[in-house]
Amino acid sequence: MMLRFALRRLASLVPTLFGLSILLFAWLRLLPGDPARSLLGQRATPESIERVNESYGFNDPLLQQYLKYIWALLQGDLGTSISLKEPVLTAFWDKLPATIELTVVALIFAVVIGIPLGYYAGRHQGGWTDTAVVSTSLLGVVVPVFFLAIILKYIFAIQLGLFETANRQSSRIDAEHPTNFYVLDGIITGNLGASWDALLHLVLPGIALGTIPFAIIVRITRASVSEVVHEDFVRTAESKGLAASTINRRHVLRNALLPVVTTIGLQLGLLLSGAVLTETVFSLGGIGQYLFDAITVRDYPVLQGFILFIALMYALINLVVDLSYGLIDPRVRVS
Amino acid sequence: MTTRHLRRGVLLTVVSAMSAMGLAACGSDEPADDTSSGDGASEAEAQCQEQVDAAASAPDTGADDFIFAASADPYTLNPFHASDGETFRVMRQMFEGLVGTEPCTPDPAPLLATDWEAAPDGMSYTFTLQEGVQFHDGTPFNAQAVCDNFEYWNNQPKGPAQTEDNSYYWISLFRGFADTDPPSIYDSCATSGDTEVTINLSEPFAGFVAAMSLPSFSMQSPTALEKYNQVAAGENPTSTEYALKHPTGTGPYMFEAWDRGEQVTLTANPDYWDADAAAKTPNLTITTIEDTGARRDALINGDIDGFDLVAPGDIAPLEQEGLQIVQRPAFNILYLGMNQAQPPLDNPDVREAIALAIDKQAVVDQTLPPGSEVAIEFIPPSVNGYTEDVTEYPYDPEAAKALLAEAGEENLTVDFNYPTDVSRPYMPSPEDTFNIIRTQLEEVGITVNPVADVWSPDYLDKMQGTANHGIHLLGWTGDYNDTDNFLGVFFGRKSMEWGFENPELFSALSDARQIPTVEEQVPAYEEINKMVMEYLPGVPIAHPVPSLAFATNVEGYIPSPVQDEPWNTVVVTE
Repeated sequence: MMLRFALRRLASLVPTLFGLSILLFAWLRLLPGDPARSLLGQRATPESIERVNESYGFNDPLLQQYLKYIWALLQGDLGTSISLKEPVLTAFWDKLPATIELTVVALIFAVVIGIPLGYYAGRHQGGWTDTAVVSTSLLGVVVPVFFLAIILKYIFAIQLGLFETANRQSSRIDAEHPTNFYVLDGIITGNLGASWDALLHLVLPGIALGTIPFAIIVRITRASVSEVVHEDFVRTAESKGLAASTINRRHVLRNALLPVVTTIGLQLGLLLSGAVLTETVFSLGGIGQYLFDAITVRDYPVLQGFILFIALMYALINLVVDLSYGLIDPRVRVS
Repeated sequence: MTTRHLRRGVLLTVVSAMSAMGLAACGSDEPADDTSSGDGASEAEAQCQEQVDAAASAPDTGADDFIFAASADPYTLNPFHASDGETFRVMRQMFEGLVGTEPCTPDPAPLLATDWEAAPDGMSYTFTLQEGVQFHDGTPFNAQAVCDNFEYWNNQPKGPAQTEDNSYYWISLFRGFADTDPPSIYDSCATSGDTEVTINLSEPFAGFVAAMSLPSFSMQSPTALEKYNQVAAGENPTSTEYALKHPTGTGPYMFEAWDRGEQVTLTANPDYWDADAAAKTPNLTITTIEDTGARRDALINGDIDGFDLVAPGDIAPLEQEGLQIVQRPAFNILYLGMNQAQPPLDNPDVREAIALAIDKQAVVDQTLPPGSEVAIEFIPPSVNGYTEDVTEYPYDPEAAKALLAEAGEENLTVDFNYPTDVSRPYMPSPEDTFNIIRTQLEEVGITVNPVADVWSPDYLDKMQGTANHGIHLLGWTGDYNDTDNFLGVFFGRKSMEWGFENPELFSALSDARQIPTVEEQVPAYEEINKMVMEYLPGVPIAHPVPSLAFATNVEGYIPSPVQDEPWNTVVVTE
């Protein structure tokens, strides 16, 4: 049952991605500015632009370009970056670990603090603690991420020197990177100092990036908990004389978590694709920063490849979230 | 000139001794005295000389690492295929060309060639080579290696290797390849023993020697190129094994690793040919931090030892933190262009009025880094052909108003284009520069219609690819000491940016380019500078000084106007 569901969902991805590839291809070429001029910068001359366009096939009819692109894509070739000349797929795998590490730290921050706070607020609705939690979370949503990033950096990295200001690891540290997940690499190679250093680089960007999901998780948890506590089965459990902790754990939390898990899944997708500002402020060199650079130079293959991949990941994460409902709530599995 | 402990320490000693004996002009290409840089040395040049002297007295050893933050990753590790400053920065540590530059100037100086001689017709150049040099892989550097390099450059395969994004300097200076139509102006290379080599050209090229100081024309190990750099037609030349993992030159540092997007690490070359100029710091790390603010924070935090492209607004805060600011002598021009395709900018009186309305000194004082200087023409003073004998347009708002009235343009409205989100060495804060010039123009009654665009690709596209702009801010940093590299780029032919047709100016520039020697070019370029400032296609504003920042314990960094900055002299004291 589950397997068929998963396969059906996966199959439905194919036309979605295909449509997206056409949209992306057309949309990118409608943007003003062309890659040849970006490549050549201020030194461009009409002749050199023509030579570059000819040499990279930008002069070919769009349909021909698209067919060539999609043919290569079907063979697993996402093309080569126009500006940096590295294979798009290689670049993607190269940059992804940085973004995943950042996302994980941001999510841990959002979940580990967000769910208990939201739960507490939901259980004590209307009290001053509830008000405080709600206002704090509101603050998380309204303060722009890049502003928060700069402020955090100024206070905790520059003034207090507790954390790091930029990059994924200090250049002064001698570290090897077999997997490109720097925290993990330190553990694998037995260089815990390197892991710790990489972690210190992730704390502030993680918090900055995590504030919005944190705020959303707090509010969803709070709303969900306050709804669940008024459900019949909770009242039944209470009248049965079950211990409060058992009720909370087995009945309230478990039922309240369903929308929270959906939210986390959606946020995870967003974080993976939306860390441009945080990655730039902290110079983390993940896919967000790479995408941003690609947009400024109209690097079509990078934009097409990265966005398609992000869409694919987003869809897969959603699938996993849907499947996880079954684990939390058996009713979903049956239906 | 004092003896300096530089990469070219020994050579310079020889040259200074020769110059004391009046022998310095060993090649007929040495610039004439009256045009060489140094006269009326700017504040930054004086500071640069102090850095040179300080480097000579810096300790010989210090910390093991020097960590420098660059604003971008290198494009490739094959210097021939690079043309950007960030790649060049890394290349200059590992590679050397036949020709270097005199410290603090853009002028050619001996490096792998100790001497050179141009044929009177400017069609061939004979170089005498430094002896006892070998590439990092042990291959000897000799006359044959020089020929191999020239042949390698001239025989790039068809496809991306023959386009400007990969072979910019070769194409723009040698104008083709062996198999293009027309072919390049490089004709042949002849060796005479191991230490003498002659390059024959099919056309005179006065800037040849100066051009050889560009990192693109660094000497690369023929053995390593043969082994790791096979590129077929249609293939990309920048992703070969050589370009990613095996760059092999003769420089004071050797390649260790390139962690793409993160950092490049280099180690000192233990067999460097000039023992007196061997690297003082064993390991270099050039880490990439794109964001200017992040570079500044990293330095304040002690994560890095230095960085380039300091924002003007950060200079004071960094100094307050006790960090060092080092200024590069300016080798650039910031100008206000005027697009004559947009009337009435085609009216000379209107252009003159705009020029008179601008208080350049105020622009410099209020929006550019300290040490920047007002410009009176479109080339910096250290470039051949610079002359003070040009028409100047001193700030005179009353005269500007009168001229506008005379031209019947009292109610003049102009589009004023400027870029956002960008900081170029010649244009550190365009928004600020725009604002002050706008105020000045409004004071003489001109209505300014501001048009802002993102720098890349929108702004450049609009300025250079369309006629849809009015007056605009732009500039240029010179690549090496060649006048055509400034004036020829701007005014060599009709362009969208300037929108004018001036056959007299176009042909004067094309004629000057053909003159076989720099000495003969100088008067021609002086005339062209006068002609340009009479015609006034735009207003040269300033030569902004680019700044670097360093930790307090960094010694021996010598800035160069053309960024010829090998770090063999740098020491991080403990």
